[in-house]
Amino acid sequence: MRRAILILVPYLWLLALFLVPFLIVLKISLSDAELSIPPYTPKLDLTAGWAGIKEFLAGLDFENFEFLTTDDLYWKAYLSSLQIAVISTVMSLLVGYPIAYGMANAPDHWRPTLMMLVILPFWTSFLIRVYSWMGILSTEGYLNQLLIGMGLISEPLTILNTNTAVYIGIVYTYLPFMILPVYSALERMDASLLEAAEDLGCSRITAFWLVTVPLSRNGIIAGCFLVFIPAIGEFVIPSLLGGSRTLMIGKVLWEEFFNNRDWPVASTVAVILLLILIIPIILFQRNEQKQREAEG
Amino acid sequence: MRRMTWFNATSLTLGFAFLYLPMVILIVYSFNASKLVTVWAGFSTRWYATLLQNEAFLDAAWVTLRVAVISSTIATILGTMAAYVLVRAGRFAGRTLFSGMIYAPLVMPEVITGLSLLLLFIGIGLDRGVLTIVLAHTTFSMCYVSVVVSSRLVSFDRSLEEAALDLGCSPAEAFRLVTLPIIAPAVISGWLLAFTLSLDDLVIASFTAGPSSTTLPIKIWSSIRLGVSPEINALSTILIGIVSAGVITASLITKRASLRQQADEQAAQRT
Repeated sequence: MRRAILILVPYLWLLALFLVPFLIVLKISLSDAELSIPPYTPKLDLTAGWAGIKEFLAGLDFENFEFLTTDDLYWKAYLSSLQIAVISTVMSLLVGYPIAYGMANAPDHWRPTLMMLVILPFWTSFLIRVYSWMGILSTEGYLNQLLIGMGLISEPLTILNTNTAVYIGIVYTYLPFMILPVYSALERMDASLLEAAEDLGCSRITAFWLVTVPLSRNGIIAGCFLVFIPAIGEFVIPSLLGGSRTLMIGKVLWEEFFNNRDWPVASTVAVILLLILIIPIILFQRNEQKQREAEG
Repeated sequence: MRRMTWFNATSLTLGFAFLYLPMVILIVYSFNASKLVTVWAGFSTRWYATLLQNEAFLDAAWVTLRVAVISSTIATILGTMAAYVLVRAGRFAGRTLFSGMIYAPLVMPEVITGLSLLLLFIGIGLDRGVLTIVLAHTTFSMCYVSVVVSSRLVSFDRSLEEAALDLGCSPAEAFRLVTLPIIAPAVISGWLLAFTLSLDDLVIASFTAGPSSTTLPIKIWSSIRLGVSPEINALSTILIGIVSAGVITASLITKRASLRQQADEQAAQRT
């Protein structure tokens, strides 16, 4: 009985507020665009009974999906989002791992403070933080002022409104997502394993690669997923830091919805994006499950 | 064997410099007298004065705070339940769908989550306002909470729970007395994550907010769009101040709790 309640409460919540709305999106992706509110047709009219459902089903088609294959804007946007997300994830790992490692090796009484310091910048509205990079990276920005003042460059660098600015923005914004899982994996690690490896003749660096990295594997995978996934559908960072040539699927979606008011095409873009992302997620989930079973 | 080598010290220093430098610059330039954000023209607090007279910002801040507290609390309860179900409840009908629904909102682009919820709210005739933002935020942040909590549950020694059950605890008591204290750090960090996500969210809130319930990110977004304003620097400085105070208080409370726990354990060993 208790178990049933435990399962049902979150289950029903997600059904009502995630699955049902998603089915509405799926339905709209199969509809035709229309200049009204809501701007799509057909609408499901349940009061008309079975005839209404039939009429509704007859109005659905895959036109929008066919349309996407003919316009290469969407392919380019998908590929470019993937590329930006992959590069940013690798950069986050390279930046985040040493920080997590440093935290895990810090004295015990420092660690809660360090953990708080990782979460703290995250609390501030991330719009403000992205906006602060606009000030840093612009041609008259602080970075160019600093570099010119030091005599390192004579002409200001163009960083804002390029993909580089988008990478910086994504790494900066999602770094806590990388640090926290890696840190919690490293923190749980039994340090005597490293001693054992060193006693058995490993150098510190070899011991790191052979012991620490494999043991933090789950943290790394979780961190990469947590950065990659939101990065791919990111809207705010490319529209504030990226240029007009920065093509990301989240931006395309927003524009289809708000500027072109083509809800069916935007929903279709979203459905395909989700189909692309759901495969790695299922693989990840299976992997976790298998590991759990192997351990248990 | 914990080592605080030069490498660790350097990576911590550089890492935290990267995380904090943009905010330090923001704070410093919020006291800039000039309207030009990148040119320093002397110390002034004029932007704070104009900000405090800006009722639209104050209203938005109040809405944001209420939404964040309510949604993260509900999300923590639901997310912890969901994590427990995923890790401990074994097999049940629709389990695959359930875990799919936990992970899918994480991959769902915010634009879609926002729009799909907007369509639902329009469909059932629910007026958009604080309630709809809370429902939307709870839904996506409970999934983050359950990921954080389930990663802790997976690594947890199950025999402790079994021991409690063998010693006569009911399953509810075993959860309250054994499981909950052990997963508490994950539950707390889940709450923190949910709170942060709710405070940060622009896209989903833009879809689900009504005209009378503008949140701070929506307000900030529209001012950034209209042009850079030093008021935003002042606003963010105030936010950083409030948040720092909150985080420091929270960490002191946690520290005191863990000290008390240690004292209890020592007392228990003596008896």
